[in-house]
Amino acid sequence: MNEPAESKKPYLKIRALTKNFGEFVALKDISLDIFESEFVCFLGPSGCGKTTLLRAIAGLDIQTAGSIEQEGRDISGLPPSERDFGIVFQSYALFPNLTVTRNVAFGLENRRMSRDKVSSRVTELLSLVGLPDQGDKYPAQLSGGQQQRVALARALATSPGLLLLDEPLSALDAKVRAHLRLEIKDLQRRLAVTTIMVTHDQEEALTMADRIVVMDHGVIEQVGTPRDIYNRPSSAFAAEFIGTMNFLEATVSASGEVSLGDHRFRCDTSDFEVGSKITLSIRPEDIVVDEGEGNQQNTVMADVRYIEFLGSFCRLGLDSAVFADSDVRADLSIHMMRDRDIDAGTRISVCFPENLIRIFALR
Amino acid sequence: MTTLMDTVDQPSLGARVKQRISSDERVMRVCMGIIALFLLVAVVLPLYSMMAKSMEDRDGAFVGLANFAEYFSTPSLFFSGINSLAISLLVTFIVIVTAFIYAYALTRTCMPFKWFFRLIAIVPLLTPSLLSGVSLVYWFGNQGIAKDMLFGETIYGPIGIIIGSTYWVFPHALMIVITALSITDARLYEAAAALRTSAIRTFFKVTLPGCKYGLISAGFVVFILVFTDFGVPKVIGGNFNMLATDIYKQVIGQQNFQMGAVVSVVLLVPAVIAFTVDRLVQRKQVALLSARAVPLEPKPDRRRDMMMFCFCSFVALLIILMIGMAQYAALIKFWPYNLEFTLANYNFDVANGGGWDAYHNSIKMASFTAFFGTIIVFFGAYLLEKGRGFAIGRGVFHGIAMLPLAVPGMVLGLSYIFFFNNPDNPFNFIYGTMTILVVSTIAHFYTVSHLTAVTALKQMDDEFESVAASLKTPFYKTFFKVTVPVCLPASLDIMIYLFLNAMTTVSAVVFIYSSDTQLASVAVLNMDDQGELPFAAAMAMMIAYTCATARLLHLLITRKLLRRTQAWRHR
Ligand SMILES: Nc1ncnc2c1ncn2[C@@H]1O[C@H](COP(=O)(O)OP(=O)(O)O)[C@@H](O)[C@H]1O
Ligand SMILES: [Mg+2]
Repeated sequence: MNEPAESKKPYLKIRALTKNFGEFVALKDISLDIFESEFVCFLGPSGCGKTTLLRAIAGLDIQTAGSIEQEGRDISGLPPSERDFGIVFQSYALFPNLTVTRNVAFGLENRRMSRDKVSSRVTELLSLVGLPDQGDKYPAQLSGGQQQRVALARALATSPGLLLLDEPLSALDAKVRAHLRLEIKDLQRRLAVTTIMVTHDQEEALTMADRIVVMDHGVIEQVGTPRDIYNRPSSAFAAEFIGTMNFLEATVSASGEVSLGDHRFRCDTSDFEVGSKITLSIRPEDIVVDEGEGNQQNTVMADVRYIEFLGSFCRLGLDSAVFADSDVRADLSIHMMRDRDIDAGTRISVCFPENLIRIFALR
Repeated sequence: MTTLMDTVDQPSLGARVKQRISSDERVMRVCMGIIALFLLVAVVLPLYSMMAKSMEDRDGAFVGLANFAEYFSTPSLFFSGINSLAISLLVTFIVIVTAFIYAYALTRTCMPFKWFFRLIAIVPLLTPSLLSGVSLVYWFGNQGIAKDMLFGETIYGPIGIIIGSTYWVFPHALMIVITALSITDARLYEAAAALRTSAIRTFFKVTLPGCKYGLISAGFVVFILVFTDFGVPKVIGGNFNMLATDIYKQVIGQQNFQMGAVVSVVLLVPAVIAFTVDRLVQRKQVALLSARAVPLEPKPDRRRDMMMFCFCSFVALLIILMIGMAQYAALIKFWPYNLEFTLANYNFDVANGGGWDAYHNSIKMASFTAFFGTIIVFFGAYLLEKGRGFAIGRGVFHGIAMLPLAVPGMVLGLSYIFFFNNPDNPFNFIYGTMTILVVSTIAHFYTVSHLTAVTALKQMDDEFESVAASLKTPFYKTFFKVTVPVCLPASLDIMIYLFLNAMTTVSAVVFIYSSDTQLASVAVLNMDDQGELPFAAAMAMMIAYTCATARLLHLLITRKLLRRTQAWRHR
């Protein structure tokens, strides 16, 4: 499930999707495959077109051009009522005048199911989302997290082939969010329902998704597993948006070597010509503090400008002539901090491991 | 990013996708079409026949703008326009100033007895505009008790029109200004206080700008109401001519329909302009509303609160004197010679203007209007707000729904004569029936009801319809299970609005009632015409009792409803 084989037939096939709002292009030539039982997250900053893409898939706001196939069926022009999906919104969108039970039963009531069947299905769903005793309450009497569970139960009631979630956790507070994150993921795995979730929260995407679709300005920047995207971001945007990243302006000075002023770093430069201006990047946790004097390869002497205590580790702000004005941060374990006796003002030698440096075209 | 793309089956870029229309959506559009058709027949086509009529001679031949040329070269008719304009501007000024201070007292001070002042201010809404005219005759007329206060001036003319108009349009302005003052953000005042801004400076820099759009909007509403009102000038105007009374005289008095149509067009133009400007202004007001404001809690200030109390008491006293005199007149044997009490004036069957039948007809008409009107208006607004796609059709529908507000009642009524009284018209059969009265009244008061419904619907999550579609629930099920119950309070508001207006309106129906469908409000007019003033006062009071009862009933039902649905409305 994690690494879908290219040969597998996609469940959802999006091709050359474009959406314009008047002059404004909200989605530009989006093509994407989503596989059966997969949990995919659309991740990107607010306004990048995630919701627009989700609504196009649902048929709620039809795309301007492009096609969508679901299970081999062309659904590009179908109205939402003729597509197969369940949906959950950030606002919950629970019917306020109906009890929890009737909300969940809403989609079942017009399916010629017997009353008993409906009621046993509702009971099943409510216990599935962990609200077995709340059926008689009205939505307004529940907490936000509980309301979102009801919305989830309602969306799942008709056993749709595709579950669409638009920022389902964004309206909740941090604790509830973290908890519900796990529950939704667990539920999805058990039901094996193909799921697309929209979020602007990278942590949510990293923990929940089988694959992440990173979006920016209406285009897909990168598609991949959370690990892929974190370790091998394909663009500076993806690198910066997911996790924390240090960026330094540099020039490719030779094959396998870049220079920052007089200082040289060894790294993989295979995608760039000698002489091109590039952005060198490295994650804070990949920076290593060593014992040297800054004269080994890929090593710089730096002053600790500040220390941010973050519980299990510390984030150091580093100053060095080599970095010029760039803000470089390094994450160090508490052990390391203790062993080395590092304080604000301490001068240390930091190493950028050759294999962990990534370079991108200058932004 | 293109790793997952097989380029083989990529469709040619730019092929525009069209969404197939679902069966639900088709039904919704057909329903919307039917309601649009209703509005077309009830508003647009009649107006068209009126405009056509204004360009015909007495034999029905097309004469272009000749009638208009005649109109503008007839000094008396032309001066009516000037009179209407002058009176309307003056009344607008008086009403806006009064309403602003009154609303300020209600929303921004700790004046005592606010509930009483709120209550008394809506009294004029419960009576036909004619009532103020009748009452003024008793106060300041030839045999009026306070006649001397006019220092020899006559009440029959501009003075009477100004006082009477001010009385009945006051609550209309007040409601708008109260809303505008209620939405201001308390944080602005805290900021002003923190900066040690003086009270007067705060008033001019924060308070006034904050409700500027509300004041402008109220100004336009008042202007249109007075400019197109016919009841007050008819009863108290004497020989002072105004456009609205001209139409009445041309049509009812001289049977000169062409000239009536010309005056109607002349009346319609400024009303449409004022209406359009008002719409533009209100769009800005909405932008102010959407900000998350913190409601303002007024702080006590003895001197200010007392001053406001005195002002409001004065206004309330005037309202009470106005309606009180009408009630008194209705109960008196023979003004001013025999002041014994009697109920004889309520024996309408001996009066010439219309009997108890008229009153019963009014109740019937108002009930039908409220019932069918609410259904049509609410369903129409629902289709407009919650359907998907079809932007052009939706825009057209919204436009037609907004139109009636710009059409003065007289103009609408006159248009109905031209349109429905035409034997070639397939709808000719409703002419002279109760149906045409109901249709005209729904059409006349469509816009405000429509906007009430739209506002309520806008407050509902748009995603309800998305969820319902994903669950494959037909739209009518969602409509009846969710939309209607949630919007019931708004529907009741529309219902009472239509009922009260149907009870009190004169302007449109005065042209289209028949001897079988005589109405109470028209009876007041006719009784006044016949000089049967005590009957007119009594009939006007009957309308007032009925409206007050309906209003009370509405209040009780709404309160009960809210209590019953408490569980899901509040946390
Ligand atoms: N109905 C609309 N009309 C015009 N522009 C829109 C509309 N809906 C969304 N947009 C624009 O499209 C862009 C993408 O919106 P959206 O998909 O909602 O972003 P997000 O990634 O935050 O979900 C935004 O810039 C938004 O302003
Ligand atoms: Mg969004």
